Amino acid sequence: MITNTQTLTVLWSVNKGDNMSNKYGNDTDSNIRPAGHGDRRAFMYGNEVVVRAALAAKAEFLYGYPITPQNEIMHYWSRLAPAQGGKFLQTEDELSAGFATLGGIMAGARSFSATAGPGTVLFQEPLSMAEMMRIPIVLIVQQRGGPSTATVIYSQQEVFLAIFGGNGEGLRVVYSPGGHQEMYDYTIKAFDTAWRYRFPTLVLGDGYQAKMREPVVLYDPEERGMQLQPAVPFVGGEGVPGVEREPAHWRNAFSVEEELFEALQPIIHDFQHAAPFLTEMEASDLEGAEIIVTGHGIVGRSAREAVRELRAGGVPAGFFRPLTLRPFPAKDLKRILDSCPRLLVVESAQGQLTKLFRIAIGGELEHRVEMYPYFRPGLGITAEEIAREVRAILGGERKEEARAAVSIL
Amino acid sequence: MGGEGGQGVQTAADILAQAAFEEGKEALYIPNFGIEQRGGVSLAFVQIGANPVGSPKFDQAHLVVALSARSLERLQDYLHEGSTLLYDSSLLAPPEVSDSVVGWQAYDTIAPEAFAERRLTDRRQKFPRITKKVHKILGLPAGEMASSRLHPRVSNIIVLGAAARLIEIVRLEEVKKALEKRLANKIRRDPKLKELNYKALELGWEAADRMLKGREAGAAV
Amino acid sequence: MSELAMPRSWRRETKPHKFCPGCGHGLVLKALGMAVDRLEIAERVLFGCDIGCSLLAWDFFNLDTVQTHHGRTVPFIVGAKRARPHLIGIAYMGDGGGYAIGVQHLINAVMRNDRILVIIVNNTTYAMTGGQMAPTSLPGQKTETSPGGREPRTEGYPLRGPEMVASFAAEGAYIARGSVSHVQRLALFLERGLQNQIQDKGIAVVEALSTCPTNWRTNAEDTWKYLEKEMADYYPVREFVSPWKENNPRGVN
Ligand SMILES: Cc1ncc(C[n+]2csc(CCOP(=O)(O)OP(=O)(O)O)c2C)c(N)n1
Ligand code: SF4
Ligand SMILES: [Mg+2]
Repeated sequence: MITNTQTLTVLWSVNKGDNMSNKYGNDTDSNIRPAGHGDRRAFMYGNEVVVRAALAAKAEFLYGYPITPQNEIMHYWSRLAPAQGGKFLQTEDELSAGFATLGGIMAGARSFSATAGPGTVLFQEPLSMAEMMRIPIVLIVQQRGGPSTATVIYSQQEVFLAIFGGNGEGLRVVYSPGGHQEMYDYTIKAFDTAWRYRFPTLVLGDGYQAKMREPVVLYDPEERGMQLQPAVPFVGGEGVPGVEREPAHWRNAFSVEEELFEALQPIIHDFQHAAPFLTEMEASDLEGAEIIVTGHGIVGRSAREAVRELRAGGVPAGFFRPLTLRPFPAKDLKRILDSCPRLLVVESAQGQLTKLFRIAIGGELEHRVEMYPYFRPGLGITAEEIAREVRAILGGERKEEARAAVSIL
Repeated sequence: MGGEGGQGVQTAADILAQAAFEEGKEALYIPNFGIEQRGGVSLAFVQIGANPVGSPKFDQAHLVVALSARSLERLQDYLHEGSTLLYDSSLLAPPEVSDSVVGWQAYDTIAPEAFAERRLTDRRQKFPRITKKVHKILGLPAGEMASSRLHPRVSNIIVLGAAARLIEIVRLEEVKKALEKRLANKIRRDPKLKELNYKALELGWEAADRMLKGREAGAAV
Repeated sequence: MSELAMPRSWRRETKPHKFCPGCGHGLVLKALGMAVDRLEIAERVLFGCDIGCSLLAWDFFNLDTVQTHHGRTVPFIVGAKRARPHLIGIAYMGDGGGYAIGVQHLINAVMRNDRILVIIVNNTTYAMTGGQMAPTSLPGQKTETSPGGREPRTEGYPLRGPEMVASFAAEGAYIARGSVSHVQRLALFLERGLQNQIQDKGIAVVEALSTCPTNWRTNAEDTWKYLEKEMADYYPVREFVSPWKENNPRGVN
């Protein structure tokens, strides 16, 4: 049983050695691993990929409330999970889904939920409780358009919600996969991360990734030597509490300022110390680059494709993509921008990712970096249009927008 | 690929992508889903290649398949000089969709095929004005072929057969396999469906084959 | 049956407790402690408390306890119970938590007949936030947000929670209203509610009429009068739905 006094420093320093290593070096062309022993290559919808990954990570319980485009996660789960002992509860809303997930986790079941758009808004309340009490909740977010009901299709407008949506400090881990293989890899990893570091862990997908079908290699993480962190109950230990053992008393409310301040220190400390183990990014074509093209998630994939096309056409473009939006791979970014201080940020939102970049760059470097925006809130972005934009920038046609700040709301 | 909700566009596109995958290609299929889910325009996007597919949507299509005038209007943007446009010359009229479940809930769902009842009309719809120059335009009377020779419901499979032939990447055998996978549940309930759909595929495939060889040039517009 | 002054399941180290003098919360928790003691289930209990004065009970018992958010204790306990059915889940909350901000959870838990015990402390006000009008405030009751008294024409009539959920509860459900003016009887209701869960019969919802002298601004005598007269007149103390009525050895109806 996990006890209240145990800080995570203990947990992860023990496990540092076998921390799943950063899968991305500086050049990754193929997401597809060789389909080796026990691996299976499949052609699948993204929502099914999530379910397969959750099952591979030994998730036990899904609590959910319908919202497009994540519905099929519940559909597939309630068909596929029972054979592995998986359980499902459809709740009355996302608040309930979130708090029921927390209940399941504290009772010792590896539990998760999935949501989108207005549901992500309601999820902030349970997520903030998880931040405060270090409850390892995994939430899959398939972003849809916003604000309000907007579209059920696709967007990247839930970045800030995913990271900073709660009342607090955004002590969460947010992965932004860019396709089915990563959706599979990072959903599995999310369960490990959540339990290893005990911070709420989000997998930030989108409607495209949810609803599209593409190849993916399914595997058993243990066969690949990954040691998944076990799910440990917070309550319900053996013995009569108060007689044979101490009762577990978990709270998130404090009487005085100092008490809260004290309680927060180990949480913040753990988050800061975990950050270097958590940050992940992907970069390529940096050699001689005159502009770095960046985006996250599915847009990052378009950016990568655009850079490949540009390079093939002799245009010196480089590629960078944060895989963790929180913690943000600031160090890598700074190193890259140091030698190429020109950046095109592409996102299906009005500057949410760009704000993260500005925070990450900061300081002296900020004044040197030329940052170009390509914002399409709620709209898909193709590699072709990114390539066109890069050519326009390098051709000097985008001078007046040299500061992305102009376009950020 | 585009048509009206209920015409089976998503099924056809999905099977095509699956066939390419089975053949060892990289493939990506993404439906367009949204407010106009039922009784509206239904679009599907498929990409097939040797390398992993980049963005799920794209600017220009090699092949545009249109089963209704409205969907063709929406797909115009994807046409370019190298495009082939395949359309159903027997209908190009939006079938009336009598859908008892059209309503607010349609906003949040997918897979129109399951609910929509389709009725073909014999009044052909006006072909929209194509403003772009394209490589070729091929008309295939799929609806008519289905009704007179097989069953009205398999017109989308005839179109699929033709599309599969036109892209010249997948073999007919793989399309058949993919089709059988996709329709496994239906075929289990009614084994005759397998033959019927195979025939539809072949019909479309062969028709496109003849068009390519120029023996039966499609009605150029 | 003689009961100890302090139930065994209470945690001595955290007494005296943090409730105001004359507060009914302590009595409800005494009744609950008695019921838990009688059934000898301390090892299996997961006690969830809400935000509201109920949160002051976060370290009250020698029971595994999780203090959650305002109105969210029901779904939290539902989630835990569904995942680990051997646990005995108790959601302890105020009338604001149960009937206002979390009422959708209460209704849906009753509809699903989740095997948990929900205890709602009805003190006719939002106590922790300083005495605002609650769904349970009586007609004419003066609160910080109804200084002229609750006006039914614009503010409606008080919500009778147990009656509401009893109207659609499934078989096996146990729904009752007790009062801190009869702690023994309240303890019995809670014991039956817990039995309901132990024997997998259905949900249990027990409302407890309670006191809040601090926000009512009443002396001891007026506090008790308000509880036993005004409140009990509007809120009948009884069992509404019970699978135990006929053959319960402790039948006190
Ligand atoms: C989401 C949210 N809204 C509002 C509050 C503020 N709040 C704290 S306690 C409370 C009212 C509690 O009243 P009740 O549930 O009746 O419990 P009591 O204090 O009367 O026992 C409110 C509104 C909160 N904590 N969380
Ligand atoms: S404010 Fe009222 S309910 Fe809260 S502890 Fe004091 S008397 Fe009890
Ligand atoms: Mg109250």
